[in-house]
Amino acid sequence: MQETLVAPACPECDAEVSLGTDARVSEIVECPECRLELEIESVEPPLLILAPEVEEDWGE
Amino acid sequence: MSSAAARLGVLASRVRFEEKNILTALERRGVACEQIDPRTLSVRAGTPWDGPQTVLNREVGHYRALYAASALESAGVTVLNTAAATAVCGDKWQTSATLVARGLPTPETTLALTPEAALKALEELGYPAVIKPLVGSWGRLVTRVTDRAMAEAVLEHLAALPSPQSHIVYVQREIAKADRDIRVLVVGGRAVGATYRRSEDWRTNVARGAVSERCPLEPELTALAVAAADTVGATLAGVDLLEEPGGRLTVLEVNDRVEFRGLQSTYGTDLDVAETIAALLTAKAGAQS
Repeated sequence: MQETLVAPACPECDAEVSLGTDARVSEIVECPECRLELEIESVEPPLLILAPEVEEDWGE
Repeated sequence: MSSAAARLGVLASRVRFEEKNILTALERRGVACEQIDPRTLSVRAGTPWDGPQTVLNREVGHYRALYAASALESAGVTVLNTAAATAVCGDKWQTSATLVARGLPTPETTLALTPEAALKALEELGYPAVIKPLVGSWGRLVTRVTDRAMAEAVLEHLAALPSPQSHIVYVQREIAKADRDIRVLVVGGRAVGATYRRSEDWRTNVARGAVSERCPLEPELTALAVAAADTVGATLAGVDLLEEPGGRLTVLEVNDRVEFRGLQSTYGTDLDVAETIAALLTAKAGAQS
């Protein structure tokens, strides 16, 4: 089983969001409670911010 | 691993499945690499850059990817894919025009310079036809128009949009395809994997819920995908192919910052896409040093 870092709080609903030890800055994760996309702003200490809104020119 | 002396960079503001696995694969190889976030990037034209001298462009935003590549190249950095390839792949008309110039099969396409001209073009192409934004992906705002009344409504909406680019209309004949298309992943001039993308939606984007199934790398498919990637100058490419009635393959588009989560899931341990990309990137960096 993957080890987890201390779970930071979702900035929207305050739920705990488990991050694996392989978490990376700028990684996109989903809040298990409110399902919002979150961005890992910092790994040490673990910190989440709301992910940017999808822009018109995003894609592959 | 990340260091000021990193030789390889991965340009990405969003670290998704693809970027995370590529960074991990590079680290597994013991390569000094770093993620470069374009939201913090500025580059002085014509001045050597003190960051990695070989950069993989994985920025999700087209314009940010295009200008980051151009700026880094101006500073002497090797960028995969090049700014020129990004410019072609990121614009559907540029892609179509380039494929046609090379004589590769691609759906019949017309560029109309005004919504009024687009209506005339649609009448000539026949219905159903497809209107697509020049820039954008994941099937967003791609519209299937089935008759003149619908075309008039869609074009009226386009005419009301504020951006001048929205008034340039890309119109394509619809291919009466099966419920699937084919995505071929080309890395360094070699087709490394392919999937069928099957969907009940007429748009077969994985981002819209399409299901991936492994597709055999038949010679015709492989040759066409490699030729398409080469034509647009893309070292790394996701080439989307359609099967026309009768089985002829045609190139729909070439993605320069290809997503491969779906393809990877169908291959399991038979193919490590991130590792394949990391190997190419490492070789390119070695060639530069």
